[in-house]
Amino acid sequence: MPINPKVKLVENVLEKAKIEQAPTRKGYGEGLLAAGEANEKVVALCADLTESTQMHLFAKKFPQRFIEMGVAEQNLATVAAGLANYGKIPFISSYAMFSPGRNWEQIRTTICYNEVSVKIAGSHAGVSVGPDGATHQAIEDIALMRPIPNMTVINPCDAHEAKKATMAAVGVNGPVYLRFAREKTPVFTTSETPFEVGKAEIFWDAGGKLDVAVIACGPLVHNAILAAADLEKEGIKIRVINNHTIKPMDEKTIIEAARDAGAVVTVEEHQVQGGMGSAVAEVLAKNYPVPIEFVGVQNRFGESGTPNELIEHFGMGVSHIKEAVKKVLKRKTK
Amino acid sequence: MSHLHEDKIKFLEEKANAVRQSIIEMLVEAGSGHTAGPLGMADVFTAFYFHILNHNPKKPYWEERDRLILSNGHICPVRYAAMAHAGYFPLEELKTLRKLGTRLQGHPHRTALPGVETTSGPLGSGLSQASGYAYGAKMDNRKFKVYCFMSDGEQQAGNTWEAAMFSGKYKLNNLIGLIDRNNIQIDGMTEDIMPLEPLRAKYEAFNWHVLEIDGHNFEEIVNAVEEAKAIYEKPTVIISHNIPGKGIKEIEFDYKWHGIPPNKEQAAKFLAELRTLGGKIKSEHE
Repeated sequence: MPINPKVKLVENVLEKAKIEQAPTRKGYGEGLLAAGEANEKVVALCADLTESTQMHLFAKKFPQRFIEMGVAEQNLATVAAGLANYGKIPFISSYAMFSPGRNWEQIRTTICYNEVSVKIAGSHAGVSVGPDGATHQAIEDIALMRPIPNMTVINPCDAHEAKKATMAAVGVNGPVYLRFAREKTPVFTTSETPFEVGKAEIFWDAGGKLDVAVIACGPLVHNAILAAADLEKEGIKIRVINNHTIKPMDEKTIIEAARDAGAVVTVEEHQVQGGMGSAVAEVLAKNYPVPIEFVGVQNRFGESGTPNELIEHFGMGVSHIKEAVKKVLKRKTK
Repeated sequence: MSHLHEDKIKFLEEKANAVRQSIIEMLVEAGSGHTAGPLGMADVFTAFYFHILNHNPKKPYWEERDRLILSNGHICPVRYAAMAHAGYFPLEELKTLRKLGTRLQGHPHRTALPGVETTSGPLGSGLSQASGYAYGAKMDNRKFKVYCFMSDGEQQAGNTWEAAMFSGKYKLNNLIGLIDRNNIQIDGMTEDIMPLEPLRAKYEAFNWHVLEIDGHNFEEIVNAVEEAKAIYEKPTVIISHNIPGKGIKEIEFDYKWHGIPPNKEQAAKFLAELRTLGGKIKSEHE
């Protein structure tokens, strides 16, 4: 099987029904607790969503280092800026729609421009929030965070990686945006899967002469692997890259993939405008232009439904990734 | 209660006058910037930099220093002038205000100039930054005070009241706010644009201790801070009643001077007024 043995994914990675399921926000909660244990400067602030954002583990263990902010996301960001200016390492949590959705200017000016080390955890990102509907489905947050100087942007692919990313964020000397999802998704990486901020990992590589590189982030990386496995049976050779760090992007791995495959499909649970795919396109347009198809939300608002229904409805299912691969193959110059 | 010696008051008056002259010189050189607010806060800044603050201009990162957070960053010429006169950097550098490559950015930037403490300009986000700073310091039982200077206009911003609610809840007694109550904002008088009164009652309702002073009376400024330091169960806010444009008779109280600098002729006239104390003495520049 073309699974990259070095990344130590779970053995039954293609059998979705048999893989443990957990939301990435759960990994965040565990990672925050571990970060708090490892570093006493870590403090946690929440805007009235403590259990929902999984900060309750930290709050219970370190009540003196947990600060309840109430429904006040602008204050959430700016109080954290002050705490970081003083010398703490604050993590702030809310739904991504409200932080960084509502408090963008505060994040930009008092955290990023002010050069203080606040870690912003946006939970409930993507349409997979489900029945709550479009008001609570952040699908513009990557685009909001990506252009701000000093900011690091990470969208982990499963709960394991979310935990690793959270712990690694403490070591990043500056602000970090961590993007998490509400819904349970396959936990297909393991504790041995490598994770380094700014280093994309090849999860699947058909080897030989590649047809298309699929560059994905977030839980949809698993869908990308499933699509690659199906396409392999049809003789289409894929490389799947887990591009968890959207900024700073691992340009080397992205450019190599474009060079080796000659065509790219990007996959993200986000508007295609300004998201991870756009960031990949910026890198490739400058360094190695190839045809690209963008799987993601196509300039629409979300709506109510079950998470799986919505992923399909908005065109981010396995079949949609396969279609995009075939479409980009046709555009490839021979 | 402190009672300032009359020599000290005279010293502070002279410093405040020098700070005002620097403000005019900076603004005319820059060709843009705010005039009324900086002049109105010159006495408060002078009282802080030359009497109240526990600080060391030669060691701007000294751990035990009091922190002075300026929320309404647009009045930074007065902070820059007070800092230069206090010895943070050479007076000549004031002329670089707002120019390419300057440490004296049009709105203050933390990492550009040591001693500035935080980046500010967008209104309404200073009190919460100061609150976070004070909260962190309280966690570690630190002794320094966190001061936050605000404009009255930014009391219209929601973020300010989120911070007021937060500081009241957590009883941040190491936080002392000061509002530049000069009654003007860009579009006109605050009470016409979006009324703030009763401002005292608002802060009291948010569980703050509130003091009101004449912001041009050094004894009142110093006494208010002394009282604020003695309040242990709440944060304190000092509503400082200031005259916008204070020191230059023809622009005092005029909101049109909020966001514009003097031109060369006006600057020469204003400087002459300051140097002669409004015609009372002869200027050494004549």
